[in-house]
Amino acid sequence: FYIGVFFLPHLCFTVSLYLTLSLSLGPAVCMTNCPTLIVMVGLPARGKTYISKKLTRYLNWIGVPTKEFNVGQYRRECLKIYKNFEFFRPDNEEGLKIRRQCALSALNDVRQYLCMEGGQVAVFDATNTTRERRDTITRFAEQNGFKVFFVESVCEDPDVIAENIVQVKLGSPDYIDCNTEEAVADFMKRIKCYENSYQPLDEGLDRELSYIKIMDVGRRYLVNRVLDHIQSRIVYYLMNIHITPRSIYLCRHGESDLNVRGRIGGDSGLTSRGKEYAKSLGHFIQEQNIKDLKVWTSQMKRTIQTAEALAVPYEQWKALNEIDAGVCEEMMYEEIQEHFPLEFALRDQDKYRYRYPKGESYEDLVQRLEPVIMELERQENVLVICHQAVMRCLLAYFLDKSAEELPYLKCPLHTVLKLTPVAYGCKVESIFLNVEAVNTHRDKPENVDISRPTEEALLTVPAHQ
Amino acid sequence: MRERGSLSAAKGALLARQHVVGAERAHPDAPAEDLGSMVGTCLHFSLFTNSPTVIVMVGLPARGKTYISKKLARYLNWIGVNTAVFNLGQYRREAVQTYKNYEFFRPDNEEAMKIRRNCASNALTDIGAYFTKEQGQVAVFDATNTTRERRGLILSFAKEKGYKVFFVESVCDDPDIIEQNIMQVKLSSPDYENCDKEEALEDFLKRIECYKMTYVPLDEEKDRHLSYIKIFNVGSRYLVNRVQDHIQSRIVYYLMNIHVTPRSIYLSRHGESDLNLLGRIGGDSGLSTRGQMYASALAAFVQSQSIRDLKVWTSHMKRTIQTAEALGVPYEQWKALNEIDAGMCEEMTYEEIQGHHPEEFALRDQDKYRYRYPKGESYEDMVHRLEPVIMELERQENVLVICHQAVMRCLLAYFLDKSADELPYLRCPLHTVLKLTPVAYGCKVESIFLNVQAVNTHREKPPNVDINRKTEDALQTVPEHV
Repeated sequence: FYIGVFFLPHLCFTVSLYLTLSLSLGPAVCMTNCPTLIVMVGLPARGKTYISKKLTRYLNWIGVPTKEFNVGQYRRECLKIYKNFEFFRPDNEEGLKIRRQCALSALNDVRQYLCMEGGQVAVFDATNTTRERRDTITRFAEQNGFKVFFVESVCEDPDVIAENIVQVKLGSPDYIDCNTEEAVADFMKRIKCYENSYQPLDEGLDRELSYIKIMDVGRRYLVNRVLDHIQSRIVYYLMNIHITPRSIYLCRHGESDLNVRGRIGGDSGLTSRGKEYAKSLGHFIQEQNIKDLKVWTSQMKRTIQTAEALAVPYEQWKALNEIDAGVCEEMMYEEIQEHFPLEFALRDQDKYRYRYPKGESYEDLVQRLEPVIMELERQENVLVICHQAVMRCLLAYFLDKSAEELPYLKCPLHTVLKLTPVAYGCKVESIFLNVEAVNTHRDKPENVDISRPTEEALLTVPAHQ
Repeated sequence: MRERGSLSAAKGALLARQHVVGAERAHPDAPAEDLGSMVGTCLHFSLFTNSPTVIVMVGLPARGKTYISKKLARYLNWIGVNTAVFNLGQYRREAVQTYKNYEFFRPDNEEAMKIRRNCASNALTDIGAYFTKEQGQVAVFDATNTTRERRGLILSFAKEKGYKVFFVESVCDDPDIIEQNIMQVKLSSPDYENCDKEEALEDFLKRIECYKMTYVPLDEEKDRHLSYIKIFNVGSRYLVNRVQDHIQSRIVYYLMNIHVTPRSIYLSRHGESDLNLLGRIGGDSGLSTRGQMYASALAAFVQSQSIRDLKVWTSHMKRTIQTAEALGVPYEQWKALNEIDAGMCEEMTYEEIQGHHPEEFALRDQDKYRYRYPKGESYEDMVHRLEPVIMELERQENVLVICHQAVMRCLLAYFLDKSADELPYLRCPLHTVLKLTPVAYGCKVESIFLNVQAVNTHREKPPNVDINRKTEDALQTVPEHV
């Protein structure tokens, strides 16, 4: 769907102000009108929450409003204090009642989210290990017109399970007052409670359902009845992620000639400080002693020149090119304000969706960066040398930043961000490589009105030559 | 035939050079950079490992192996991965000039077994040659490969040479699908040239029985170290094991998105635009009067075709949107369907391009597929950006795509398996709808001119592509305009 395209013929260019609700996947094709309910299935410590959070983050980033609903949290709110595994015993009537209530409460919130809050996908994160529970959910979905897609994680590798417990369970509110041994022992008994009643998705009995069964952390997958585009994308994503420890290094090119002159875009080369940075980056990489590091750049001179100084093979991605500023390419902000004050204000009003005339928007960028993200997920250690807007988009994906925050993320020159996946998120280390550079970050000014005076428009423009 | 989308070092240098030229244009003040030392590889999908991959089809006859092989090869070649199909049946037909009957395939037919084993060996040898001498990246070994012994042979061969192996097994027990397959592609095979339908069908079913006796499907337990995808009943279920790398991941994604439900894809350009009339390329102009007439004619045509659940797609540019508007049905806009960005040459006539950038103009004629307009795109870039469109077209059923000349050439090349050299010269005239209907192993094309005159925008490759050519030589093939 698109709301409209506004043409102002009396201006000398098209004001392509798209208020498209179309998702960055291209058209709102098979979103159809049906929201999707993703239902996690699996014993505790099989990575369900890890998958839920990651999938939610990915879908939101590509523009599909998604939210996860973790039944464990509902249970914690209901119970206040977790005593021990006995709560989960299958013969604990009281416990079963509470757990069932929590599940229904969560489903209620799912309905609220999908029907009334504009949600497109809801991820129902719970064990859902019995056929009976899954039937309840399927009926609920049918009643409300939601499509259902199951994601089951099956894993019998004791090392993986132990690692999971250590990484995410010990830090859970449930075990706040326990020592490590006690917590692990209790958790293992908790898993036992589920094991006896666990009915995995069955190739025969469940052949009408849509699902993916992930076995042994992605060694093997069983995919059944993928119904539409979003399910196909989810399957592709899930089949590309892994949990092998690694780090992703994000940085911009070294300072460029146009940077120093306060001009945006273009395809200029590095300044002498920029070249110094490239050398420092080379040393930094060496010191870090990174195993099998892949280096990626865009196809613009300044990133290529930066990579050249590393003296290692690198790969160029056109998709990593800086945002195309269209008619504003190579202008200073002062010039944009002078020649296109209306555009300048519109951009401040909605920096994520605003598209430069004959150029791109951040939203367009996210779409073109999606294959980069997919490949980053497949890879292990990677250094991405890119550009300000591009880096903001990539960072927003890893740090789960909203569309509102994304265009204002701080990505200064000559600073490497080292991202290391940990638990359910990403650890970030910011390393400034000690080579001075101009500041290129322009904050959102207070006055974004189209009739604002020039000084107010230029209030937040960083200093330049 | 197998030289498709090759990305040689020479080409990398060409791209590098274009990049330099483009940069120089942008900043005449900037010092001339020596980018000849660029170590980086200028590939979009530069993630194909260095090891070639052998895709090994597995399955009883009439399970769609050849259909999948050809389709997969077409897709991979289109995205720039050199791929070739090695069909064992063809080797067998060359070895045994005349096919008598199913008895050849009996598992106790020693003589035939020897011949078949030889054929397999020859095919593997040819695969080796394809990788080492023809810059092949993926080879699809299209045969039944139904015994563990045969698959073991292939695995040893691959291991010895350092090739990766990915199995694609098609399992189907739906008798209707199998019969449908036999009708569509087996009856017309050279094997059954002189038989009537009944005889052919009967013989083929007996042939399948021969294989069934020794068929050992990929086993979840015994074959857990192999990389494979098992496709059940034309895609209702998949089992995917040990995907090793990017290309295998792409192959799996592709295979999981294709279907065999009958449908048609309609490709058309926008109606004639104002810039078309002026002989100017690119831009974002609206429809001319004749263009608007075409839009109405297109609406009438679509109605007359009575297409079930037709989806309509356009680009984000005015001329396609205006064309779709006339249809009076919902449509979806894809930025990826926008026309090729001609960068510095946007909205110029060919005469002006020759006047201002004669060298660029010549370089483009020398390699139209890979040539990138300064600050613009190449056809190769477009294929990359159109890949999600193709993937979604595969998922969909009946679709009408209203797009642009270069875009339509790229899409058409995918469906009709055209090479990178042919692609930029495919004829996609205005006011003509191409109706593509998958049939057997390929695509039937119907070209429907909707009877509204339009300017010709097709410029053939001129005989003289030298950078020092005279202006008249450069402009020899420019179509007429206002």
